[in-house]
Amino acid sequence: MNGKQYVARSPQIAARMMGDEMMIMSAIDSTLFTLNEAAAAIWNAADGSKALEEIVAGKVCEQFDVTPEAGLKDAGELVERLAGHGILIVSDTPIVRAAAAAKGSR
Amino acid sequence: MTTTLARSGVIIEVGGLPIQLHVNNPVFIEMLEKRYAGFVAPSGPAKFEFEIDLVAPGVISASEDVQVTWQAGLWRMERGDFYAEWNPALACGRIRQTANPYSLDCVLRIVHTLLLAREDGFLAHASSAVRNGRAFLFAGVSGAGKTTMASLAPPDVALLTDEISYVTRRKDQYFAFGTPFAGELARPGENMTAPIAALYLLAKGRENKIESIGTVEAVRGLLEDILFFAKDRELVNLVFQAACDFVGRVPVKRLTFVPDARVWELIR
Repeated sequence: MNGKQYVARSPQIAARMMGDEMMIMSAIDSTLFTLNEAAAAIWNAADGSKALEEIVAGKVCEQFDVTPEAGLKDAGELVERLAGHGILIVSDTPIVRAAAAAKGSR
Repeated sequence: MTTTLARSGVIIEVGGLPIQLHVNNPVFIEMLEKRYAGFVAPSGPAKFEFEIDLVAPGVISASEDVQVTWQAGLWRMERGDFYAEWNPALACGRIRQTANPYSLDCVLRIVHTLLLAREDGFLAHASSAVRNGRAFLFAGVSGAGKTTMASLAPPDVALLTDEISYVTRRKDQYFAFGTPFAGELARPGENMTAPIAALYLLAKGRENKIESIGTVEAVRGLLEDILFFAKDRELVNLVFQAACDFVGRVPVKRLTFVPDARVWELIR
């Protein structure tokens, strides 16, 4: 991965924490996704203002006892998967508009 | 009791929501009164009104599948056999269709799904029935056993529907209403309501048993059975949140059953 990767939740989703898992439904094709606690932590922090490595360092490594390298590798795969379904937006610069729109979701 | 309005219309009330249908065709009205027997309101103000234009058989819309879109204050609903517009703000709409009941049935289902979504309710592919004053829902896709469960019901059970269940929320409690939307049994349900005691996701097996399932599986299973037509971001969110809320308040379990009446010994 070259440079920083900023991530933001797409406004085209509905999401709710159910127990210790995050359920996400795409408004585009109604696909359902389930995220575990660590993935949900990344999801919740994905407001477009922080780089992925900052999110991993701040929300994942300590809480889930993983190294920055391993955490960033797993997070990168998660981001790639979710972005592939259009429910996460990825950019090499901070994502201001998407972050604002994401705040509107319940 | 069925009463038409000067033979120019009929009010069909499902889930306590009266919808007046204006159509200048006595034969069609008579057919509607038979099809929706038990759900035809005698008179009184309707919440919404639709004008039905009956046209000669032929393709009315190019859409083979149901399409529901929101544009300029109007819901547009269409399929090969009908085209409808509905203005929720003005509480009125228009339906163009041939003189068959299936087109209207589809429009009514769509309208109810749109209305229920804003009230934390939904329509679901589920049979439902009332026993001892409590409603039970049996959800599943085609072939899962909805009609089988309905047809096996003992005499003390009132059948709400064998195909499409109507779920509403009042404060923290959910209620099931009878519907005229029939499946293989080809008869409308009882026009009554009761608080929902449980929703069962159906599975056929070698024994009758009820199993607990996790929250995520329950939400996933319920969402698979909720009728939903509009690819609209706000509505997707409403339906999703409604399913999560429902699972948080109503027991959702898996019911595995063999197709005989003994399965009803578990439903009390």
